[in-house]
Amino acid sequence: MRKAKTISEKIFSDHLGRDVEAGELVIIDVDFMMGQDGTSPLAIKTFEEVGASSVFDSKKIAMVIDHNAPSPSEKVSALHKLMRNFKDQNKIYFYDIGDGICHQLMPEQGHALPGQIVIGADSHTCTYGAINCFSTGVGSTDLAIAMASGKLWFKVPETVKIVLNGDLPFGVYSKDVILFIIKELTANGATYKAVEFEGEVIDNLSVQARFTISNMAVEMGAKVGLMKADDKVLEWLKNRTSDEFKTYESDYGAQYEKIYNFDLSDLEPQVSKPHTVDNVSSIKDVEGIPIQQGLLGTCTNGRLEDLKIAAKILKGKKVNSDVRLIVAPASRSTLLEAIDEGVIQTLIKAGATIVAPGCGPCVGTHNGVPADGENVISTANRNFKGRMGNNKAFIYLASPATVAASCIEGKITDPRKYL
Amino acid sequence: MQLIGYAHKFGDNVNTDYIISGKYKFATIDMNELVVHLMEDLRPNFYYEIKKGDFIVAGENFGCGSSREQAPLVIKQAGIGAVLAKSFARIFFRNAINIGLPAIEVSTDSIEEGDSLKVDLEKGIVENITKNQVLKIHPLSPEMLEILKLGGLVNFYKKYGSLEFKKFN
Ligand code: SF4
Repeated sequence: MRKAKTISEKIFSDHLGRDVEAGELVIIDVDFMMGQDGTSPLAIKTFEEVGASSVFDSKKIAMVIDHNAPSPSEKVSALHKLMRNFKDQNKIYFYDIGDGICHQLMPEQGHALPGQIVIGADSHTCTYGAINCFSTGVGSTDLAIAMASGKLWFKVPETVKIVLNGDLPFGVYSKDVILFIIKELTANGATYKAVEFEGEVIDNLSVQARFTISNMAVEMGAKVGLMKADDKVLEWLKNRTSDEFKTYESDYGAQYEKIYNFDLSDLEPQVSKPHTVDNVSSIKDVEGIPIQQGLLGTCTNGRLEDLKIAAKILKGKKVNSDVRLIVAPASRSTLLEAIDEGVIQTLIKAGATIVAPGCGPCVGTHNGVPADGENVISTANRNFKGRMGNNKAFIYLASPATVAASCIEGKITDPRKYL
Repeated sequence: MQLIGYAHKFGDNVNTDYIISGKYKFATIDMNELVVHLMEDLRPNFYYEIKKGDFIVAGENFGCGSSREQAPLVIKQAGIGAVLAKSFARIFFRNAINIGLPAIEVSTDSIEEGDSLKVDLEKGIVENITKNQVLKIHPLSPEMLEILKLGGLVNFYKKYGSLEFKKFN
C-alpha cells in the first residue's frame, strides 16, 4: 500500500514522478524563481561565473526591486542598473520601484500557484505556502544555478503540524496568532521543517490574513508554512492565472515530526519585544511603553486589509505629535485599491507619511531609520538589533490594529478600545 | 578535508544582521568592502582578531534571518575555515555549503574561546587539541562534501555540467 504522505512529500513525489519521503536529497525542476535587489546582483554575478549565456526559461523567472526602492545612493543605483541590464538581456519578468514587495507580487501576479515548487532569494519566500505552494527561501548561488539549469537540490523536509482551533476573539488578528505560535515554538522550533497550519482559525481567516501567518513561518526556522487550498484560495486565484494547477492535502496517517494543538479562543493581542521575534508578551504586559515611530506595511502586514484596519482606527483621529507613522503599501495595486477606498486619505489626514510600495524602512537602508534609543512599533516580521538600520533602537512587532492604536497614544496600546 | 585553527566563541541565535549589518550589505557585492564589518555589532573589531583558518564556534540556530549570501561569504572572505554550531538556520546552512564554507553541526558546549581545534570532515570529527577531546559531528552527505571540496556549488556545476550528484557516486 502507498504510504500516507504530508503535503510536502506529495508535491515532491509528483514533481519527481516517484514516491519520495522526508529526508531524501533530491534534485527538482523548479516551477518559478525570484530574486530581489538585495540578492539578485550577487546571483547575476554568479550566473556569469558559471559561464551561463542565457536563462533556462525567461517565463519562469522574476526579479523585483523592492528593498531599496527608489534607490537611496549611487552604489545601490549601480546594482539596480545591473539588474535592469540583466532583464533586458534575458527578457525575464521584472518589477521595478513602486511595483511592490516581492512576496506580495509573486502570488498577486499569479507567479506562485498551489502545488508548485517556487524558490525565492529571500527568506520570507515561505509566504506563498498560504496558497498551498511549496515556496522557500534560498541564496544567490542557488538562484544563479537555478536560472541557468532550472533545477535545484532540496532535502524533502519533515513536517510539523500546527492545529489552531477556536474562534479568534474580537480585536485579535492573524498577526497575533503567529506571534503567539512563535513564542510557543521559539525561533528554532521548526528549523529545516515544513509546517502545515490547519484548523478552524485558519479556515475562518481571509487569504490575505493567512499570508501573514505563512510569512512568519521562517521566524521559527521553517522551510515553508503550508495551508490547504480551500474555496477561498481558489476564489482569490481567479483572474490571477489561467495556468492549470493541482492542490494538495496531507493524507490521513501521514508522518509528522510533531503535532501541536492550540485553542485560541482566549488569545489576547500579542507583541514581540526587542531583540528576538520569539520574545512575545500579551499586550497587557507591554502597554504604556512609549514609542517614537510606527511602521505599517511590509510583506507581513502591508496588504489592503491591514491598511483598512489601521484606517478604521485612525479615522478622524491624529497620530500623536511625538510619533512618526510610516505607511508602505505592499504593492502598487494595494496602493491603488487603498486610494479607491479612501483608506490612504484617512491615513494621510491622520498624519501618516506614505512611502513607495516596497519594503520601506523594514530592513533599515532608507525611508525612516530610527534614532538611538528610540522605540518603534512595527507590523514587520523581524526585530533584530540593528534591523531598521540602528543597533541602538528598539523594535516591537504587533498587528496593524495595535500599531495604529499605539500611534494615536504615543505608547503601546491595546487596540480593542478603538474598535 | 582537514582544517586547523583557533575557536572564536559566540552564543545562540547569531542572526545574519549581526554577521553583516543590512546597512552595509545592500550597497555593494564586493566582499572586501564588507569584510571589516564582520560581527561588529556583537564584537567590534572582530575581523582584526582572526587568523586564517580560525573557526567561528556558536550555539543554536546560527545564521537565522535573511537569505543574503553575503553572510557566509563575508565569513569565508575573513579567512574563517569553518563555522561550528549546535544547529544552523536552514538558508544559512544551504548558502554556506553552496559557497564552500563548511557549516558543521556539533555539540559546541565544551569548546571555549581560543581552543585549538582540528576538524576532519571525512572522519566526521572535531578534535579539541587544547582540551584533548574528540567530538563527533553530524555527518554531511557525500554530495555536500563534494561541493565543499570543490569550493562551492559554482565549481561543482562547472565540473559536472549539472546538479546530478550520481555522476561521481
Ligand atoms: S518587507 Fe521586510 S521582511 Fe519583507 S521582503 Fe521586504 S525587507 Fe524582507
